[in-house]
Amino acid sequence: MTMSDLQPQHMDTTAIGGCAPDAAICARGIVRDFQAGQSTIRVLHGIDTDIKPGEMTFVVGESGSGKTTLISIMCGILWPTEGEVKVFGTDIYKLSDTQLVNFRLENIGFIFQQYNLIPSIDAAANAAVPLIAKGMAVEEAREKAKQLLEKLNIGDQAEKLPNQLSGGQQQRVAIARALVHEPRLVVCDEPTAALDASSGRRVMDLLREVAVAHDRACIIVTHDNRIFDLADRILVLEDGLVTHDGSDMPDGH
Amino acid sequence: MLTGDAQKFYGLLFGIAFSTLLITQQLTIFVNLIERGASGVYNAPEAEIWVMDPVSRTTEVNYAMPSTALDEVRSVKGVEWAVPHLRAPASVRSSTGDLEGVQIVGVDDATLIGLPERLLEANKSILSQPDTVLIDDVGITNLFESGEDPIGQRLELNDQRAIIRGVADAIPSFTSQVTLYTKYSQALNYVPGTRNRLTFVLVGIKDGESAEAVAQAIEDQTGLKAETRAEFAQAGVNFIIENTGIPLNFGITVALGFIVGVAIVGLTFSLFIRDNIKQFGALKAIGVTNRKIAGMVVSQAAMVGSIGYALGVIGTVLFILGFSENPTFKGFYIPWQVPFVSMVAVIVILSLTGWLSLRSVMRTEPAAVFR
Ligand SMILES: Nc1ncnc2c1ncn2[C@@H]1O[C@H](COP(=O)(O)OP(=O)(O)OP(=O)(O)O)[C@@H](O)[C@H]1O
Ligand SMILES: [Mg+2]
Repeated sequence: MTMSDLQPQHMDTTAIGGCAPDAAICARGIVRDFQAGQSTIRVLHGIDTDIKPGEMTFVVGESGSGKTTLISIMCGILWPTEGEVKVFGTDIYKLSDTQLVNFRLENIGFIFQQYNLIPSIDAAANAAVPLIAKGMAVEEAREKAKQLLEKLNIGDQAEKLPNQLSGGQQQRVAIARALVHEPRLVVCDEPTAALDASSGRRVMDLLREVAVAHDRACIIVTHDNRIFDLADRILVLEDGLVTHDGSDMPDGH
Repeated sequence: MLTGDAQKFYGLLFGIAFSTLLITQQLTIFVNLIERGASGVYNAPEAEIWVMDPVSRTTEVNYAMPSTALDEVRSVKGVEWAVPHLRAPASVRSSTGDLEGVQIVGVDDATLIGLPERLLEANKSILSQPDTVLIDDVGITNLFESGEDPIGQRLELNDQRAIIRGVADAIPSFTSQVTLYTKYSQALNYVPGTRNRLTFVLVGIKDGESAEAVAQAIEDQTGLKAETRAEFAQAGVNFIIENTGIPLNFGITVALGFIVGVAIVGLTFSLFIRDNIKQFGALKAIGVTNRKIAGMVVSQAAMVGSIGYALGVIGTVLFILGFSENPTFKGFYIPWQVPFVSMVAVIVILSLTGWLSLRSVMRTEPAAVFR
């Protein structure tokens, strides 16, 4: 019996073998276990997938299917139990801790469900965080951040604190923070879950407009079936396995 | 980050300022109080060496010598001058009829060496008038109603008449007991007669001599105890430290100040970290290193610490200034060591609590932000 005999049924067979040279993310054999008391729970059962640049990829699935776990592993913030992840050709879990932190800073933008803006600094400063972390002078970083806020139609809110902004506005600041340093990969976990339908839609339209470029990939985890039409590609996760991979939702969903 | 959260900012500021105030203020009072154990030495500024019976310990705790000691001391090489000095307790009946314990200080008739440097009323020559005593300024408040003029008041000392004709600007003794200065010859009348009444010989040394060497020579030659001004002042301070509960009492208050500081600051810090743990997680996911996050927290803690510390020290200064008119606090000053000690305490409080709360940030998995 070989390793491949143990692979689960529903895998992305097109991706087996080497990584496509232009792949933004190339994930191979991703397994992740969590310790729950005495027992070990396997949340991801060996996932192989490629994420291509220039596309907006949705990861959908029921609660607990492993979506967050998968993208956390793909963006370098959660170690897989088994398997490897290459992001733009770099085998990220072979990097040292510091190298990985710097790799994320250079290459990845994050958008969280709860925005996670720093409450005590204004919108421009929040959006400028990655630039400042990269060592840019604060004033210069704020200027760049403000330009992006303009583009996201909240230029007039740049000097406000997060708690003075609406949910949709805060998520735009978060989008600005994710994009300000022009990362090649943008990862969003439920970016619209905390927003009402219309602001959710507007945020997604905007994201589609600014986060997708020919050399940039965007992965979005979502439950929100109102926005499925914006996806270029949809991966469906069920119990830690990819059960569908296509440009539309499978029938019956 | 920290400074943007007004509630916690003020919480930290209050904790630091309160601790600093408590520690600085209590240490200041402590140091000034125990230094009063040396007030008798400081109030006789000309004396470079104090000679006494070997069993004498301080200006107050003394045992008299035969009067021949004076000539023996004068004959020691290196001694420029030596004068008799009498210090003895007595009881006085005040104008209101109350009995009050006083310290009689008899200074050399001819030179008046042994008097405090400055008199507030009259000048030193007034001592040549009969039955004259000078009272120390803080002692006035013990002996007289406020507003009552002590000058010209008659006292009864050992059935002898004494008239207050001047006020000395003196450092109060540890017990703030009334001190009455008079001529040596007069003091002998006020102190009930025993054979030996010379309690100290005050010595000035020749130019170019060292006080330590001359003191040693006096001891060798006379068998008496001779201490330099600094040594004898220290002996007075040590006596207070060893024989009162003061160090323990103040020690407890200072420790409380420290503990309260740790508690308030620690609690505020951990609340701050708890409220912002997601934001810290987001920063870590984005790619901000632990080191940068720590640097950020440290620099803000340093800022809050400096402001709080400054407020605490200013509070102590205001306290001392505010009470400078009060005789209990006469001459109080803040020795530089005291703010230094409280600064060290503030640094310890902040590093300890900051380190404890930063640890949880360091341990936070960046993946936690997606949950
Ligand atoms: N740190 C952890 N420790 C233990 N179990 C975990 C941990 N993180 C996730 N899990 C478990 O792994 C499974 C998948 O979790 P995950 O968060 O990836 O699901 P999800 O698809 O994102 O769900 P949702 O739509 O509710 O966000 C769940 O059963 C969850 O309880
Ligand atoms: Mg999730």
